[in-house]
Amino acid sequence: MQTARDLKGYKKEIQGALENDFLRSAMDKFAVAYPASRARAFAGIDVPSLVAEIAAIKDANLARLDELLAEFTRHAEACGVKVHLAEDAEAANRIIAEIAHAGGAHRIVKSKSMTAEETLLNHHLEAEGLEVVETDLGEWIIQLRHEGPSHMVMPAIHLSRHQVADLFSEVTRTRQDAEIERLVKVSRRELRARYVEADMGITGANFAIADTGAIGITTNEGNARLVATLPRIHVALMGIDKLVSTLTDALRINRALPRNATGQKITSYVTWITGPVACAAGPEGRKEMHIVFLDNGRRALARDPIFAQVLRCVRCGACANVCPVYRMVGGHQYGHIYIGAIGLILTYFFHGRDKARNLVQNCINCGACKAVCAAGIDLPHLIKEIHTRIQDETGHPLQSSMLAKVLANRGLFHRLLRAARVAQKPITGGTPYLRHLPMIFSKEQNFRVLPAIAEVPFRDRWPVLRPRVERPRWRVALFSGCVQDFVHPEQLEAGLKSMEGLGVRVEFPMGQSCCGLPAQMMGEKEAARRVAIQNMAAMATERCDYIVTLCASCASHLTHGYPKLFTEGTEEKRLAQAFSAKVISFSRFLSEVVKIGPEHFGPAVGVKTTYHAPCHLCRGLEEHEAPKALIKAAGMDFAPAAEEETCCGFGGTYSSKFPTISAQILELKLADIERTGAAVLVTECPGCVMQLRGGAKRAGMPLKVLHLAEALAEARAPADK
Amino acid sequence: MPSRETLVTEFTARAEEVSAVVSTVASIDAALDHVVDLCAGKEACQWLLAGCEAPLSAPAENLCATAAAAKVLAAPGLAEDLRDRLAQRCRANGIHLVEGSLRQRLGGIDIGLTFADAGIAETGTLVIDSSDEETRLATMISEVHVAILPAGKIVATADDLAVPLGQALARPGNFTAFITGASRTADIERVLAIGVHGPLALHILILED
Repeated sequence: MQTARDLKGYKKEIQGALENDFLRSAMDKFAVAYPASRARAFAGIDVPSLVAEIAAIKDANLARLDELLAEFTRHAEACGVKVHLAEDAEAANRIIAEIAHAGGAHRIVKSKSMTAEETLLNHHLEAEGLEVVETDLGEWIIQLRHEGPSHMVMPAIHLSRHQVADLFSEVTRTRQDAEIERLVKVSRRELRARYVEADMGITGANFAIADTGAIGITTNEGNARLVATLPRIHVALMGIDKLVSTLTDALRINRALPRNATGQKITSYVTWITGPVACAAGPEGRKEMHIVFLDNGRRALARDPIFAQVLRCVRCGACANVCPVYRMVGGHQYGHIYIGAIGLILTYFFHGRDKARNLVQNCINCGACKAVCAAGIDLPHLIKEIHTRIQDETGHPLQSSMLAKVLANRGLFHRLLRAARVAQKPITGGTPYLRHLPMIFSKEQNFRVLPAIAEVPFRDRWPVLRPRVERPRWRVALFSGCVQDFVHPEQLEAGLKSMEGLGVRVEFPMGQSCCGLPAQMMGEKEAARRVAIQNMAAMATERCDYIVTLCASCASHLTHGYPKLFTEGTEEKRLAQAFSAKVISFSRFLSEVVKIGPEHFGPAVGVKTTYHAPCHLCRGLEEHEAPKALIKAAGMDFAPAAEEETCCGFGGTYSSKFPTISAQILELKLADIERTGAAVLVTECPGCVMQLRGGAKRAGMPLKVLHLAEALAEARAPADK
Repeated sequence: MPSRETLVTEFTARAEEVSAVVSTVASIDAALDHVVDLCAGKEACQWLLAGCEAPLSAPAENLCATAAAAKVLAAPGLAEDLRDRLAQRCRANGIHLVEGSLRQRLGGIDIGLTFADAGIAETGTLVIDSSDEETRLATMISEVHVAILPAGKIVATADDLAVPLGQALARPGNFTAFITGASRTADIERVLAIGVHGPLALHILILED
């Protein structure tokens, strides 16, 4: 839960999480194990098609929520269910308490429901004098500890067996050993007694099927079945977004839900209930059954043109499973009640701006969540949209609005960079690194050495470097991005060198500036839009076949970010789509267009080389193979690293905003690199180079970190070296 | 449409993957023999791996004390002739056969015997109409759940059951269960533990012909 008053307070809580050794090692183990078990569960299934199908099913159902609700209600009430619609959390809690009071129920058993967490149902019922016992093992544990869940599917993942043993020792008033099998059986026996006594059972539901009025519940432990069977009253609480038209819809979703959540092909139990079932304890041998649908802003959200897709979420929790930041800080610092990427967004809608304002800044924008989402939700984009929205509502912080002003004015931005080169002299000592960090950076930034601003930016070198190609096979406009232009011009030079003699005519339009991603990341959407318009005009799209960029982040932002900046039907939107269609990454251009092969390189040198996949290349542009193919073609001895596609922790402005998290992500990355035994690490983004080179240097690793262009240029002309 | 043999093989492999114990039986009598043997060979009421002597809170201990001294086999809803054949076998083995009022036996049932209405090969899943409360409880509170699944009722995927399931869901008071393996959790340190609130083990008897 979020209690921090401001970003400073939030960072302090994060620090506590980073120092929690058990949490860190549990999260690491999970992050490594999850992708493999997920892949096994999905074997033989066309995942992108399934995801697209689920997105379409959910969108179609969300578009007619009211209709589905009416249909469901008609069928369910015909079976004897009382259907309730709760406007907000408080109403849901009140309705459920009233059901208990009216039915003379005092003791309640409950199975897992994120919706009940959302409404803080237990607090309310307890305040009404009712006894509520959570029966899902993880939920029971956190209830006993008076905590919220730290994962949507594995609520107690932050706790060790020893902590659970201590807790269970208190509950049973007898010493319990920290042996997991045994602790599980303790919960089995302790909780079995509770079902017997309970008058009312509360469950959640994964599906509410409109054409029959049935609900579907997926579980593993078997507790929800007991909760729905033994007590005489059954209350099922769910968000109205759980409504689907038919059983077929539910079965589709359930193909992905367990596989994505826990790597299971199906959960132990999937239970389909239509109306009050036979129940010996109930009046006339039947249950009293209530279904409570929670709105809490969902119906309005379903009509929102940008955010409606949030309601596609099936609550599998996979966005947390793959998030590099969640892995570092755990769920209590990566959500309020809902956890993970979807949690950052839902917090804003369900629990308000104040709970969400710090959280939404803690997205590194690596896109891992989007790539794993069972419903194809564009999570990183929506997180940024919320960040922007919060800043628009509450005012933009000075640092952020200054950055926006500077970025939107190319002349000013470039003058400042040139001035900074002069100003940095005393702290570089004539080396290409910032030897001592300037005052504006804190000590926390010191986990990697940062490069200095280059003596001569690429744009000033261009008149000399410009290659003359008489009969070009391809006309290319080079988009440099500000980092390569001003900090790493040598990477662009290497890029030119690696394309020499291949018939590529390169232009470098001088009117180009920063791609605008940093502004977007800071929640400065208007500035991002202005920069985009300038760049689109500068790059003179009509005069080139391709816009090549050596920066994966720029490439991804130019390709996917630009079209999203403008409204449908506008001239800018049309321009942005034409522009983005021409953008291509350096590696894909060389590999797929120019088709460069071993014959273009000197004799193989066989240096052991590994590769880090930039987030914005592998997920942003779905380019997984080209850089590695080029490394091999260039005669290097390729050694793959574990977690090749996991973020390096840079994330542009992220690494300066959350340096301690960035440093920890980098540490894991460098450990994976070190285990390959490679002498050279190649990647394709100047940001990743900056982070990895600076980190390796700070750690004293004898590792040469190169941009792919540099590695290829060396291999094309080994005699020069 | 895959052959019956392919479906049985696939079903068995997937069910075993999630810890179910799958056997093939040639006839219903063989199935009953199997269940009775299993019950006779089982320790009575083993709530805890370590046995019932493990200390617990008073209410939990009290509930445990309600378990019958003899081994209990619950087999609700059997056809009369089948019930007689099972009852005979139980008597011969000193097993207490119960058919109803399972609510009174929450302290422990050794084996719950039910039929499955269908099997789903892709996931090794049993589909059981559990609208009858006794059937429901037999699949929930027994330590070992044994399900008899006629081989001809195995289909490839859940989608193949969409029509009959849709009809079942349209019936008021329906409770249809998909059961895959025994109850499980990974809530403590993500370590898989089998046997939480539901059965500690699931045995599936695939009935030929």
